[in-house]
Amino acid sequence: MIAIIDYQAGNLTSVYRALRWLKQDCQITRDYEVLNSASHIIFPGVGAAGEAMAHLRQTGLDGVIVRLAQEGKPLLGICLGTQIIFDYSEENDTPCLGILPGEVKRFPDDMAYDGLRLKIPHMGWNSVSFRGDHPVFRGIPANAEFYFVHSFFPQPKRKENVLGTTSYGIEFSSAVGSENVVAVQFHPEKSGKPGLMLLENFCRWRGTDAE
Amino acid sequence: MLSKRIIPCLDVRAGKLTKGIKFKANIDIGDPVEAARQYYEQGADEIVFYDITASSDSRDIMIDIVRQVAEAIMIPFSVGGGIRTVEDMRRVILAGAEKISVNSEAVKNPPLIREGAKAFGSQCIVLGMDVKKVDVSPAIPSGYEMVIHGGRVFTGIDALAWAKEAESLGAGEICLNSIDADGTQEGYEIDLTSLISSNVSIPVIASGGAGKPEHLRDVLTRGRADAALIASMVHYDMYTIKDIKTYLNSQGIKMRMFW
Repeated sequence: MIAIIDYQAGNLTSVYRALRWLKQDCQITRDYEVLNSASHIIFPGVGAAGEAMAHLRQTGLDGVIVRLAQEGKPLLGICLGTQIIFDYSEENDTPCLGILPGEVKRFPDDMAYDGLRLKIPHMGWNSVSFRGDHPVFRGIPANAEFYFVHSFFPQPKRKENVLGTTSYGIEFSSAVGSENVVAVQFHPEKSGKPGLMLLENFCRWRGTDAE
Repeated sequence: MLSKRIIPCLDVRAGKLTKGIKFKANIDIGDPVEAARQYYEQGADEIVFYDITASSDSRDIMIDIVRQVAEAIMIPFSVGGGIRTVEDMRRVILAGAEKISVNSEAVKNPPLIREGAKAFGSQCIVLGMDVKKVDVSPAIPSGYEMVIHGGRVFTGIDALAWAKEAESLGAGEICLNSIDADGTQEGYEIDLTSLISSNVSIPVIASGGAGKPEHLRDVLTRGRADAALIASMVHYDMYTIKDIKTYLNSQGIKMRMFW
């Protein structure tokens, strides 16, 4: 069973619907027992880092997520969920979960492309250059694009945690991970076929690189 | 870099498409869920629904449609028409839409934008603007005036000033419709689109006037639009979304070509 962590941050139902589309057994939950018995954990999120972290702390879910990640269960972060697994976010000056070393930064205001100022948020479809051959990204064609909506992006401290990059004014890490943790800045649940491929790969993944 | 988005717009009245949509299979379909599915499969980057009647009965029907669409397509979609309160927004979002479009309601009650953005994030709130070209005057320095209620009521509000105000209130995107160009199929209002798009930092979707792929090329380049709304040109099977994207891609405009 795939557990989607419920922490009142944004559109959890779209992740649920995408998994149902893939005929996966899944549940939206904040119950520790259920999370613990799940085979896979998805940590989604739309919203602001400050409010999300405050909510996780209040409910004690912060410690639960860190423990689940340490126990080796396959964990997928999405968008805000991805940002929160780092040490710190510039958004609302927020200390985060510290599952991956690094920070979350805001896009600079003065980015330009072809002489035109780039808009923030980075909203729409963009490509990802995946590095290496991670099982969660396997089979996704090079010209695939994913749906992004964000003003902040993760900046891992360690190069080996960067699993994919995207270009928008700057080159930023749009897919990150380590061991059993994979996290993406885009929304696979809203990215048509390549997004569904990614989610299906994740549901099959046992949490190790060597598969 | 971001791809430019192609967004078919579906008008719904009491749960049915207001005009039957004709697909390659040569069937007329009045079912908005089926139409959304077809456009998703053809490569639409997003879909917009407008609930034309928006009486309270039809809103309930619309919520049910939103729920079905959310299960049928795995791309973002927005819903507009008759949304007056944060509660209205919440129902649409919980039913599965990514974005809500507010238009006349926001002109009459600007704090609605701020309240919506606070509750759901700016990325959820699309400002729909219906704009008409008028003489430049002290009240309308840009020469473009906001009109509401489907183009029937002039507001005396300058379109550019309103776009900037809505951005500062927290709108995450603008869907900019030219009343003059709408339905003509003779091309988008390039000057208007470029004016608004270059003066706000949120994405602008151009709307009104699309009749052939060249029109999209122009508005996505000279018009500086981030996305283009289309209706008749795909509803009546003159072009498929794939035809349009293939053409734009050949013109050097970055498009999402795998779906």
